[in-house]
Amino acid sequence: MGRYVIRRLLQMIPVFAGATLLIFLMVNVMGDPVAGLCGERRCDPATAARLRAEFGLDRPLWQQYLTSMGNVVTGDFGTAFNGQPVVELMADAFPVTIRLTLVAIFFEIVIGVGLGMLTGLRRGRPVDTGVLLATLVVIAVPTFVTGLLLQLLLGVKWGWIRPSVSAEAPLDELIVPGLVLAAVSLAYVTRLTRTSIAENRRADYVRTAIAKGLPRRRVMTRHLLRNSLIPVVTFIGADIGALMGGAIVTERIFNIHGVGYQLYQGILRQSTQTVVGFVTVLVLVFLLVNLLVDLLYAVLDPRIRYA
Amino acid sequence: MSTGPSTGIGTGPNNGPKTGTPPGGAGVPGGEPGAPAPSGGALRSGGPLLEVRDLRVEFRTRDGVARAVDGVSWSVAPGETLAVLGESGSGKSVTAQAAMGILDTPPGRITGGEILFRGRDLLKLREDERRRIRGARMAMIFQDALSSLNPVLTVGDQLGEMFTVHRGMSRRGARAKAVELMERVRIPAARERVGQYPHQFSGGMRQRIMIAMALSLEPDLIIADEPTTALDVTVQAQVMDLLAELRRELGMGLVLITHDLGVVADVADRIAVMYAGRIVETAPVHDLYKAPAHPYTRGLLDSIPRPDRKDADLYAISGLPPNPVAVPPGCAFHPRCPMARDVCRTGEPELSRVSAERESACFFWRECLRG
Amino acid sequence: MPEAPYGDGPAIAPAGGGGAMDLATAEGGTLEQAPAPAGPSGPGPAGRPRSLWSDAWHDLRRNPVFVVAALVILFLFAISVWPQLIAPGNPLDCDLARAQQGSRAGHPFGFDGQGCDVYTRTVHGARTSVTVGVCATLGVALLGSALGGFAGFLGGVPDALLSRLTDVFFAIPVVLGGLVLLSVVTSDTVWPVIGFMLLLGWPQVSRIARGSVIAAKQNDYVQAARALGASPARLLLKHVMPNAVAPVIVVATIALGTYVSLEATLSYLGVGLRPPTVSWGIDISAASPYIRNAPHMLLWPAGALAVTVLAFIMLGDAVRDALDPKLR
Repeated sequence: MGRYVIRRLLQMIPVFAGATLLIFLMVNVMGDPVAGLCGERRCDPATAARLRAEFGLDRPLWQQYLTSMGNVVTGDFGTAFNGQPVVELMADAFPVTIRLTLVAIFFEIVIGVGLGMLTGLRRGRPVDTGVLLATLVVIAVPTFVTGLLLQLLLGVKWGWIRPSVSAEAPLDELIVPGLVLAAVSLAYVTRLTRTSIAENRRADYVRTAIAKGLPRRRVMTRHLLRNSLIPVVTFIGADIGALMGGAIVTERIFNIHGVGYQLYQGILRQSTQTVVGFVTVLVLVFLLVNLLVDLLYAVLDPRIRYA
Repeated sequence: MSTGPSTGIGTGPNNGPKTGTPPGGAGVPGGEPGAPAPSGGALRSGGPLLEVRDLRVEFRTRDGVARAVDGVSWSVAPGETLAVLGESGSGKSVTAQAAMGILDTPPGRITGGEILFRGRDLLKLREDERRRIRGARMAMIFQDALSSLNPVLTVGDQLGEMFTVHRGMSRRGARAKAVELMERVRIPAARERVGQYPHQFSGGMRQRIMIAMALSLEPDLIIADEPTTALDVTVQAQVMDLLAELRRELGMGLVLITHDLGVVADVADRIAVMYAGRIVETAPVHDLYKAPAHPYTRGLLDSIPRPDRKDADLYAISGLPPNPVAVPPGCAFHPRCPMARDVCRTGEPELSRVSAERESACFFWRECLRG
Repeated sequence: MPEAPYGDGPAIAPAGGGGAMDLATAEGGTLEQAPAPAGPSGPGPAGRPRSLWSDAWHDLRRNPVFVVAALVILFLFAISVWPQLIAPGNPLDCDLARAQQGSRAGHPFGFDGQGCDVYTRTVHGARTSVTVGVCATLGVALLGSALGGFAGFLGGVPDALLSRLTDVFFAIPVVLGGLVLLSVVTSDTVWPVIGFMLLLGWPQVSRIARGSVIAAKQNDYVQAARALGASPARLLLKHVMPNAVAPVIVVATIALGTYVSLEATLSYLGVGLRPPTVSWGIDISAASPYIRNAPHMLLWPAGALAVTVLAFIMLGDAVRDALDPKLR
């Protein structure tokens, strides 16, 4: 197992380098990294040239990339457009987004798995058809529309929630945004759980469990659910990374000052270092979470071996 | 071995309207009373252990309703081994699943008949009553042990579960029982292997675990559905011998479902041959091998390679088994039957008595017997 | 049946939810065994030959979900090509004096913030969504299956390289990537958005195509054809590729819906399409500040968007059910 983890960590290096390089190229080649440094005004040529030299932007691209990655590895993410170190922005933003993601994951587990179990065991009944249709609708309506509608209904019309989340983003204000963020994944979790249960229900080992004379409850929990939830658990795990990266839309709608908000600001103000820094951390989180999920998978399913 | 604590299942001689059914005789639809007692040691006090009467099971498929089991009757006495023989799709496994109460419904549906376990109709029992019989009084061995064992639980857990659930034992006690069972089915290093998962065992060892699981509570009856088909030929005989030996030790009844006539010869007392959802012949095993009373059985026997007839061409039954949603009218076997005549295309042959212990569903069983 | 360790997941995992699975799933030999015939395993061959495709078509025609979705999609295609059929007006014909007004005769959906007719704009917006969806899907399907198919077929170094490359693209969150890449592009056409979808979309299809090609390669009949001396090109075209077509079609159909949705999301974030392009995403984005007073401006394009995405996802779902005999 130890060797497997090391091998996987080594494999992550090229993927991490590739992904960050891709983002670095997008930001630096396509855009003008100096443009954001002079604030709202356009930089005059002399200042621009000085800034270029100062930030090493006149050097070849590969050198710039290596320097920037070198800095990242040592924990130096540079400064944002307002002169604040990017690390400070991260220290403010990541806890908020992590909290939001946890709320979303909570909904995925409770509602998604719950509905999936309900429908998987009642395949073909009206409940099943209804929930299945509902999941399709949820998947079909883009997150930003769901968000805007919920904000309108719950926040503006009925006044149940604050339409925009305060700066500290306490947990209770994140309930509805978390639900919005989770919505699409939640529908997928429901469908995945349903399929998995319906498939395993016909499995031979479930038939064996019934033939053993086990009570229905025990057949369901110990044999059917235990096995059916393995792919669901790994899906939800892998979704953590995706949700953090996808929180940008939800954060924008509810004005949550998380990772997405900072990134959005960074992109609007063309703050290269903010964008590269945040995306780098997100990619890293995504890769690490996936590694953990693969390990978890092997723990849950003894048939999986580390190769 | 006794049959364990009585759970109130009637074991008296009265087993319904057909009081006179001979324990050794296959269940006869509308059976004749007072048939002579069979030879052999199958006779026990009371009636048959398990009796299937005129069972009918339908499957709804995309192409129509398939009558998978169409009026099947057989019985097995305590301590007796009955082999149910047939090709895949003949309804033999479905009969067993219906008896065990593990039929997939839907698509399957029991549309008629009775399944009497020690005289009580299982189909009329409440689900929790049936559950208590499953595993404890009658157990099943499946064909494919790899898929039939839960892949994510250790074999120790799966064996021990029988004792914690049915006997209320502690986990520790159940684990000890699991090791004991594994030793009983001769799995080497049982104490070490009890914590392993099914995929870590070889095919033969896995099937031994299935057998151990079925025997764990010393049931009165074992239904083995193609227990050796998925195994290597070299292992098949070992596993079959082990099953037969343990059955003898524990004095259980055994229903052996198979398509393999070779397996049957050594272990079975009686054979019921199924074709297209019906029984076409029942007979004591030696009688059947000596002279089959149905052309289908004859075809099956002739298609076994035999060392004493090396030069002769192997016989093959022509054609394919019928589509279960469109079984031919008349005798279902007539399109493939070398003896078929006009009457076979129109009339449905009933099971008729050939001798005291034999029945055949062929109009021309006399000719067939003569060979 | 032994269940695959990784169940039948959703065909599209949002932003690469599938994760990198190169854990050895217990040796194939033990898990992949022939299904054991136990009892009547469905109807036998009923005389007439059946292929996967004719079987699937037989199923689809009787599936109301498929029929409804297909009709909606046909209608969408029709109004994308000829929007004047049902909306003769000009979507850019706007009058600030009518801004935010509700519905009235001749203008059933009312007017938007610029005083443009919402009905006309909603109908004309279909073309943009359909163009983006269809072009991106076609591109992704072709590029992805070509790359994945060849990598899976060749194996070895090309396969390893491609696998790492897919991992790289999977590691980049989609909306984020779009925001970064498209924020610097200034174009009034739909092509940058389609190009971006191609860039981040192909790995999804390539992974599916690679998997099915590898699975097909191990099939006995392919091994037999190889043993009989079939050339690699013939093997690939005749025996291996057809197996990858069905899963790719399924993934692509469902992906089409998500591309339509993604275009709207990017437009909402201000980096997708730009006026004067008529697009549901732009209209929803423009309407969102007025949601309190004039929700109709948002609801109609959002509804059209949702129905479109829903139709494609339902179509993909129905096609998958029909093409996946396992679920029967």
